[in-house]
Amino acid sequence: MSDQPVDYHPMWDELGLDLPTHDALLGAVGQLFGDAYLTQENRPQGMDYLNFVMSEVHGLRIKELDDYRKAGGKIFGTFCLYVPEEIIRAAAGWCVGLCAGAEFAYDQVEQIMPRNTCALIKSFMGFKLAKVCPYIESADLVIGETTCDGKKKAYELLGDLHNVYVMELPQMKRDVDMQMWRDEIRGLIAKVEEVTGNTITAESLKAAIKEVNDKRRALQRIAATRAADPAPISGKDALLATQVAFYDDVPRFTQMMNVLADELEARVAAGEGVTAKGAKRILVTGTPMALPNWKLHDIIEKAGAVVVGEEMCTGSRYYQDLVSEDAATLDEMIDDIAEKYLDINCACFTPNKGRLEDVVRMAKDLGADGVIDYSLQFCGLYEMESNAVETTVRDAGFPVLKITTDYSMEDVGQLSTRVEAFLEML
Amino acid sequence: MRVLGLDIGSRSVNAVWLEDGRITDHAVADSGFDPAAAYESFLARGDHDLVVATGYGRHAARESLGCGVVTEIKAYALGASALHPGAASVLDIGGQDTKVIALKPGGGVSDFQMNDKCAAGTGKFLEVMARALGFDLAQMAEAAMAAETSVAISSMCTVFAESEVTGLVHKGIDRGRIARGLHDSIAARTLGSLKRIGASGPLVFAGGVAKNRAMADLVRAGFDGQVVIPREAQTVGAYGAALSALEA
Repeated sequence: MSDQPVDYHPMWDELGLDLPTHDALLGAVGQLFGDAYLTQENRPQGMDYLNFVMSEVHGLRIKELDDYRKAGGKIFGTFCLYVPEEIIRAAAGWCVGLCAGAEFAYDQVEQIMPRNTCALIKSFMGFKLAKVCPYIESADLVIGETTCDGKKKAYELLGDLHNVYVMELPQMKRDVDMQMWRDEIRGLIAKVEEVTGNTITAESLKAAIKEVNDKRRALQRIAATRAADPAPISGKDALLATQVAFYDDVPRFTQMMNVLADELEARVAAGEGVTAKGAKRILVTGTPMALPNWKLHDIIEKAGAVVVGEEMCTGSRYYQDLVSEDAATLDEMIDDIAEKYLDINCACFTPNKGRLEDVVRMAKDLGADGVIDYSLQFCGLYEMESNAVETTVRDAGFPVLKITTDYSMEDVGQLSTRVEAFLEML
Repeated sequence: MRVLGLDIGSRSVNAVWLEDGRITDHAVADSGFDPAAAYESFLARGDHDLVVATGYGRHAARESLGCGVVTEIKAYALGASALHPGAASVLDIGGQDTKVIALKPGGGVSDFQMNDKCAAGTGKFLEVMARALGFDLAQMAEAAMAAETSVAISSMCTVFAESEVTGLVHKGIDRGRIARGLHDSIAARTLGSLKRIGASGPLVFAGGVAKNRAMADLVRAGFDGQVVIPREAQTVGAYGAALSALEA
């Protein structure tokens, strides 16, 4: 075996990436990761796996996808946790999250969409237009969802450049909405079967449900250890685990996260932490933080506090609920999947009281000293819901700091001051 | 014990010296392009038992001096309550930040707000507008107070407001009325922030912009409660930073 690093340029070239721009992107992400992650102290050893995944995020993982496709497998790209991974895996498809967490090629994006669009949407469009996301270029089909007006219209624009299928997510949770959502899942099944050429059976779906639940169970174990004081893992590292959950090979990721959870549980039993006992504990709630968006966590933890939970799509919403494993027939399984996914408390629903309850419960369970409500600018849904979050959380006895920001670094100085002052206040 | 409090801001570096808890001296220097030179010169004025920095440059100062740091929020809260015991809230309009702070009895912070990333409605904003009108800052305040009527300025963004002011100048609108409009719009925005955090009087108005007489008058007129402007409004943060050294 040679220790020579593999040169992935021929593979990226074959995928149609813009190589010089892509090299620049990888350099920037590598530096960001080094500054935010590799400077941390007392990291669990289990994080070595995620460090490795990050070092190969556009390398080895893409090679795996490439090999799978060459063997006849199909890749499905998604942006949102409402797209049921179980359905895709039941047809032997692989599901990958798509790049949407860094400011890239906004100049090109702003030629086709308004400047006042949220960073997440601008980001995924920028990655596509600049040809720097190997995940989307590996995706045989991108599955979108109607979770906000911006994404809904952005998928039309993306549809001019890529093979896109959009699921309609209801905006309410009444019986009629559940009925429609079940039909949407059946529609997805038909589409996934058409793309893969495989038929979803009760057996394959049952196995997929179990497999994806196991991934969520591993993440739940990690999340539960964060209630300890001192917390055994930094918020940044825990966030990275959830972010990588969208991309990685499911059984391998589950196994490695269980190894990490074993270590964290042992740390808790031994009273070991990533900070000293008594560090200020923060629960973060709000819009998802797509890889490599670590901005807020980095600011909070560099100020000496520790993030103990994320009530967001790259957090508890991703893993807190499981699909029932009791069903025997395909129809029952589809109903169970529909129910689990419609239970997720995203701000795209009205009303969305469940999210407020989740935030307060998590703040109590995790022993948070304060809550930071995070909205991406121009994300109307979370910005609008922010007031209800503030009032509810404050009434429950927790101080709240509201932050609206984007992916740029221009406001880091001001944000640091606000976060530090909030910590001083606790 | 000799303590130096430094407030390393975007426009000025301010210093307060304490001897056994009492102010013995204070100083203000321009930040310019080398704020470190300003605070190094303050440090060179003698031996200090403790140094604490606040303001934008606090982290850089901690790295180069190994000193303690506090945020501007805490520093202003401490400084204002020491200067005016019983203060219930603080307004600080600095070079590129506006902060409003509600205080608990005893001087702790109960709530605060800061402007977001841009310098809308801050000292920097006034400087740019004064230049657009061909005034210096004091002249602009005088002209604003002398104006009988105001012209509405709708933009708070420094860049947009400058174009708006240029447009008004080209329409032949009196400079004093424009100056008045600029001060009115900052005051309205500031008073709105105070209302949002439920600030009550007495309010300590600090920061460089508190020395602007037009702003002082407008905040006094619009705020529901007593407004106190300390004589050394610019060094309240440095004083608070120095006081924080004595807390631990």
